[in-house]
Amino acid sequence: MRLLFLTIVVAFLASTQVVAQNNNPSNKTDFVLSTQCPPSFEKTNAGVCELRNMYQFYNSVQNRGLGGTQTSLPKYRDGFTPEQIDLGRYLFFDPALSKDNSLSCGSCHQPDKGFSDDLDRSVGITGEKVARSAPTLWNVAFLDKFFWDARSNSLEEQALGPLFDPNEMGNTPEHLVKTLSSIEQYQQMFKVAFPNSSRLTVEDITIALTAFQTSLISLNSRYDQYAHGYHQALSENEIKGLNIFRSFVARCAECHQPPLFTNNQIAVIGTPEPEGIPFDVGAEKTFNNKKNRGGFKVPTLRNIAKTAPYMHSGGMKDLREATEFYNKGRGHAIPEGEELLIHWHIWEPNLQDAEIDLIVEFLQTLTDESLTPQLPTHLPSGLPVIDANYAKANKKEKIITNKYNNTASGEEDE
Amino acid sequence: MSKGKIIGAVLIAGAFAAGSYWGGLNKDAVITSSSSGASFSGGYDASKDADASAGAIEVVKGEVITVNDGESIMEAVKAANPGDTIQVMPGTYHETVYVDKENISIIGVVKEGERATMDGKGVLNDAVLYSGNNFVIENMKITGYKGNGIMGQAGNNFIIRNNLIVDTGIYGIFPQLGKNGIVEHNIVSGIEDAAIYVGMSDNIQVAYNDVFESVAGIEIENSRHAIVENNYVHNNTGGILAFVTPGLPIKTTYDVIIRNNFVVDNNHKNFAIPGSMVSMIPAGSGIVIWAGDDVIVEGNIITNNKTAGILIAGHDDFGSGSNDPESEPNSDRTMILDNFMLNNGYDTIDEVKALLLAEFKDTNKADIIKVGGGVDSCIINRHRYITSGVSSWKECDFTNTKDIDTYLLDTPVPPRVIDKSETGKIAYLGVCTGCHTYSDRMIGPPVSIIQALYMDNPQGIADYIAKPTKKRDDYPEMPPQNYLDEETRLAVAKYMLSRTK
Repeated sequence: MRLLFLTIVVAFLASTQVVAQNNNPSNKTDFVLSTQCPPSFEKTNAGVCELRNMYQFYNSVQNRGLGGTQTSLPKYRDGFTPEQIDLGRYLFFDPALSKDNSLSCGSCHQPDKGFSDDLDRSVGITGEKVARSAPTLWNVAFLDKFFWDARSNSLEEQALGPLFDPNEMGNTPEHLVKTLSSIEQYQQMFKVAFPNSSRLTVEDITIALTAFQTSLISLNSRYDQYAHGYHQALSENEIKGLNIFRSFVARCAECHQPPLFTNNQIAVIGTPEPEGIPFDVGAEKTFNNKKNRGGFKVPTLRNIAKTAPYMHSGGMKDLREATEFYNKGRGHAIPEGEELLIHWHIWEPNLQDAEIDLIVEFLQTLTDESLTPQLPTHLPSGLPVIDANYAKANKKEKIITNKYNNTASGEEDE
Repeated sequence: MSKGKIIGAVLIAGAFAAGSYWGGLNKDAVITSSSSGASFSGGYDASKDADASAGAIEVVKGEVITVNDGESIMEAVKAANPGDTIQVMPGTYHETVYVDKENISIIGVVKEGERATMDGKGVLNDAVLYSGNNFVIENMKITGYKGNGIMGQAGNNFIIRNNLIVDTGIYGIFPQLGKNGIVEHNIVSGIEDAAIYVGMSDNIQVAYNDVFESVAGIEIENSRHAIVENNYVHNNTGGILAFVTPGLPIKTTYDVIIRNNFVVDNNHKNFAIPGSMVSMIPAGSGIVIWAGDDVIVEGNIITNNKTAGILIAGHDDFGSGSNDPESEPNSDRTMILDNFMLNNGYDTIDEVKALLLAEFKDTNKADIIKVGGGVDSCIINRHRYITSGVSSWKECDFTNTKDIDTYLLDTPVPPRVIDKSETGKIAYLGVCTGCHTYSDRMIGPPVSIIQALYMDNPQGIADYIAKPTKKRDDYPEMPPQNYLDEETRLAVAKYMLSRTK
């Protein structure tokens, strides 16, 4: 196994040469973890990173972080050290986390695709499509339910899902710890990020992944400028779209509630599965309750323009189609023989075509990727960043601007 | 979700099993005078509400902008500054008005009975949408919209008063996710869901409204510290509702006082949209408490509601049930004080008849019907009413709520208090760092370069960011940051100049 692993690495290095020439993976000084917090985070006296955001100027009813334009955020996760966040960044993009070094977390959650992929349903190590699409990771710091069916309540717990699902990354806890422990650089990095741990553990891996994911904040879109009071940030049409979006005819904002554009609840809306795919019972299984049959978590609409196709199994190719679904009548796509308790806000709003277009136009204003983290230029495992396919496809593209002060590849100022 | 499907056979069996409680009926009636006795001492305590106390609000009085027939209310809102009053003259206005600003008042002028009328003509969605704090709307007439008449999404300290809302869509008046608001002296009719619907809000006063010919008259949903009093609620499907709707992000309704209302003849055919929460309400329901806790019903005149005067149920016993494990399903601590109840339940549904029969009450009247779980409810003078499911309730240890005038706050909810020294930091980290790092080029130039340019001149930065001009060919133009007020802009400038890394 070990031999095979090395063979793959060597073969890869030889074939794609994505690792910069001056970066020798065996040189551990290349992997000094950042001591600075990501942008928008303040490093406190305790040495941890805390989010600072304009929405902290506002209140919300019961402090639940739901409401209108100037509404505070709900409870969220922060308080990780810069080192944990940075270690999480390396791990997140490292295919060494999968059973056969073929996939990283980033394979299905690609930064340039809204931290999702462009697939209806994601592809695991077997090459087969899994049951559901990869949700965006933007603003996961604010969520308290994970997976489409809400079967997990923390990011740490969630991480175990794809890591050890035989159809996704296919790893085992033992093999994962063994793989990472065998990489000298990771040993060092874990010691820095988790000085109190005596050895590298799955728990620390999931904490680091959580730390990284909670740094993915998207709250500075043009919509946000509007919300903070700069009304020129949106065009006439976009404001019209916003007003249809939050109207009680379209009712989008009743579940996709600002400021996060989700209310973090389960909703049964009755979207169809793609041809040939069996009906997905969704949250019925999680809660062992028929009334949740076909229920899924309300996803955030932040950066939604970046994450087509849409819905839990990617049945809708673009935002137009996804928006139009809600205009086609309550329960119109329920398969024969299924009985679903469709959410009360799903009705027949009779929106005009032009109104649907305006909603779609408005949804584009929720795009903000200014805090996209930088991809590592190379990984402690020596594997291609994200995965081999990604590296091949993006070889010539410069993907992401330099956001981390510690990383060397930033462009020089003039 | 079938209408009137309130009580399953299981519950009827349960009522039989609870035979030991029937003994209570044969005991001598406990007669309590509500003109003496203690007042309710629980309820809302503003001193324990962190959001209610700190700081004070400055309400700036601004200009009056007059809108004449043929002009646009929305254009006036766009031109308005916080504190301004928009005075709308009689006439017809076909538009949607949205208010994403603070301290805006829209006041209609009524001239010899002629009102400023917003008419959606069956094509526009909502008449008025607001999200700003301290919003006031008065004296308008609203008709013909597809969605809501007046709709709030957040926005504290609102006042919705003296409006006439006729035949308008889903909700007549719908403040949602707000704290400290008044809905009073409105006339609302012909609404497919609730005429007045308070959703996920705190500290609310709904008073002196006339609501009729709607599916629900007044609905308090997933809200706390609400008083519904002195309203005339007639000929709706259901009169006054205190609901916990499962599946919403705020999970509770408690501390609601429903007092001194007329709740009469609420027998209108249910014309709700299929699938809506209120489509389950049987026509003829006076007051419905559905999983709401700590609801006091006092001093109402409840007459001629054909299904029942007061229905109290949990999620498992009424409607389509709950799919929300975080939502507590029972109506706990219902408190029924003296009410004048007459001729309710005269043409009730089979389930209610069965419940009464289970208590050997062969009657064609039903005043108070309770099904399902729930703890610690109480009642006084129960012998006056025809009831089911309440014989086990204890006597209330108070007889009135006269010590509670209102749950509104003494002073408006203040904006969140941020220590002034934090303002610059939050704006810097929350906004600037999206495009600027200290020493590297990002979307904008490095902070170190900016520092060199504006060394002792924070005002220069504050002015520039309010109205940026393109300075560098190789950088995109900076978007204006004039949504930050002057103070914040200067604070952020100073903070930026103080950075060393």
